[in-house]
Amino acid sequence: MLTSLSLAHYLTLGAILMCISMAGIFLNRKNVLILLMCIELQLLAVNMNFVAFSRYLDNLDGQVFVFFILTVAAAEAAIGLAILVVLFRNRRTINVAELDDLKG
Amino acid sequence: MLLAAPELLVLVMACVVLCVDMYLREERRGIIHMLAMLTLVFAAIITLRQDAGIPSKEIETAFNGVFVRDYMGDLLKLFAYGTLALVFTYSKYFLRNNGLFRADFYTLSLFSLLGAMLLISGNSLIMVYLGLELTSLASYALVAFNRDSKDGSEAAMKYFVLGSMASGLLLYGMSMIYGATGTLALPAVAEALATTGTDNLLLVFGMVFLVVGIAFKLGVAPFHMWVPDVYQGAPLAATLFISTVPKLAAFAMAYRLLVSGMAPLHGDWLQMLAVLAVASIIVGNLAAIMQTNIRRMLAYSTISHMGFVLLGMLPGTGAGYGASLFYIIVYALMSAAAFGMLIMLSGKGHSVQDLDDLKGLNRHNGWLAAVMALVVFSMAGVPPLVGFFAKWLVIEAVLQAGLAWVAIVAVVFSVIGAYYYLRVVKIMYFDDAPSEVVHDGPVDFSAAISFNGLLMLALGLFSGGLIAVCVASFPA
Repeated sequence: MLTSLSLAHYLTLGAILMCISMAGIFLNRKNVLILLMCIELQLLAVNMNFVAFSRYLDNLDGQVFVFFILTVAAAEAAIGLAILVVLFRNRRTINVAELDDLKG
Repeated sequence: MLLAAPELLVLVMACVVLCVDMYLREERRGIIHMLAMLTLVFAAIITLRQDAGIPSKEIETAFNGVFVRDYMGDLLKLFAYGTLALVFTYSKYFLRNNGLFRADFYTLSLFSLLGAMLLISGNSLIMVYLGLELTSLASYALVAFNRDSKDGSEAAMKYFVLGSMASGLLLYGMSMIYGATGTLALPAVAEALATTGTDNLLLVFGMVFLVVGIAFKLGVAPFHMWVPDVYQGAPLAATLFISTVPKLAAFAMAYRLLVSGMAPLHGDWLQMLAVLAVASIIVGNLAAIMQTNIRRMLAYSTISHMGFVLLGMLPGTGAGYGASLFYIIVYALMSAAAFGMLIMLSGKGHSVQDLDDLKGLNRHNGWLAAVMALVVFSMAGVPPLVGFFAKWLVIEAVLQAGLAWVAIVAVVFSVIGAYYYLRVVKIMYFDDAPSEVVHDGPVDFSAAISFNGLLMLALGLFSGGLIAVCVASFPA
């Protein structure tokens, strides 16, 4: 029976989201788009943490920070997708495993 | 005067440059370059004027305490303007040769500079994060700004993914610090740590994530994978930029977060930084030996230089931070000269990649070879060049802190590293060039690169002044 949600529950959810996004970045070998999604997910995990702490501490600073993070995430997505378009135009593929021209 | 006046100037001018470009014909594009240079000059004047009336240890804050002006910040900003002026001078030649001479490069660089300035002056977790993102987002775009380059787009994607992931990890750490202390202002975080103690799992977790984020941004081993790829794949002008201003900002970030914010945890982050620093000095120097591509070689040498910067932060004393500050400034100047030289050697449509492209440089242009030799010797740490004093100061600080084994590793691997620097000199002076190539840049380019090279010698011979200023920037 679920009685009440505590801070620990929210932090655990944040940690799980963080782990999923990190696993996605490191395990994914197929598609660059999925990397971009993982990066977004990572920022959402952080937002979850900030909101939970903000509520727990009864302090609004954390929620203000979340607005900034959301804005930056939008800008980041825009730049990421722009780079993705350039990448596809030049290479005709967005397969992560084929991004291997630069090594040594 | 308004504390954030230099930042406002750079912000306005970055937008002005972008707008002016729309109304300029192709042959008048030089105006953009002039505007960008004037911005840097005026920003420097404003910063110097702000600095003049205030005692050196004085700290002022603005915008409800999220923005701080102190001596270290002013020094870093002044050198950021200076190196960016060198970057613009060198890049103009590169951009013209490759048909990329548009406002993009200047606007993005100025925005990145703005982010760096905010990061340098950041006094709250929000400000540090926003400054960091502004610097990084503009840098990602800079790496991709040659839209037809296959390598450029690959490098940009790698840089973007790893950089964003690092920002995410840093943020995750920030959220935990916030949870443990209940505040976002860095001085308040330090105060909370001092009163409530540091025995808190949440806090240690947060600190680990912060250190990982900082390590990614500085590019120290084992978080260095992006550095060689980006240095190799990016357009030379972007590589030149990335190796200067964002590095100065990354040092400021490390100082603000770890020292201003978490000085009471010094004993914990000390060990992590020691491992990172030693690992990057070893990895950087060993990997650089195996490179045949000069840009990758310089990238690995950067990794080892960043290791030295972290070394200086270990003792936790004013002298140590001063040594780090001196090292990062010297690094930015050396790196600007080295990549500027690669731009000079590239010429039209060709882009220097291999070490062999430097063959016989001495026969074609003795003066250029001499300047390059000065830069390379300085990177290797040969006295009386400034690179030697930078390494010496750091090692002295580490020894005083009783970390003898770290100092020994640093010295041994610097000596090993001297091999690949000397190889550059050997290739320039003793190998024969395959064909007749002319290395001749415009006058302002030659003047700037000569100045930059001779600065290595001048700062080395008269290193006392700058060192004293760097050390005096920190409370003892």
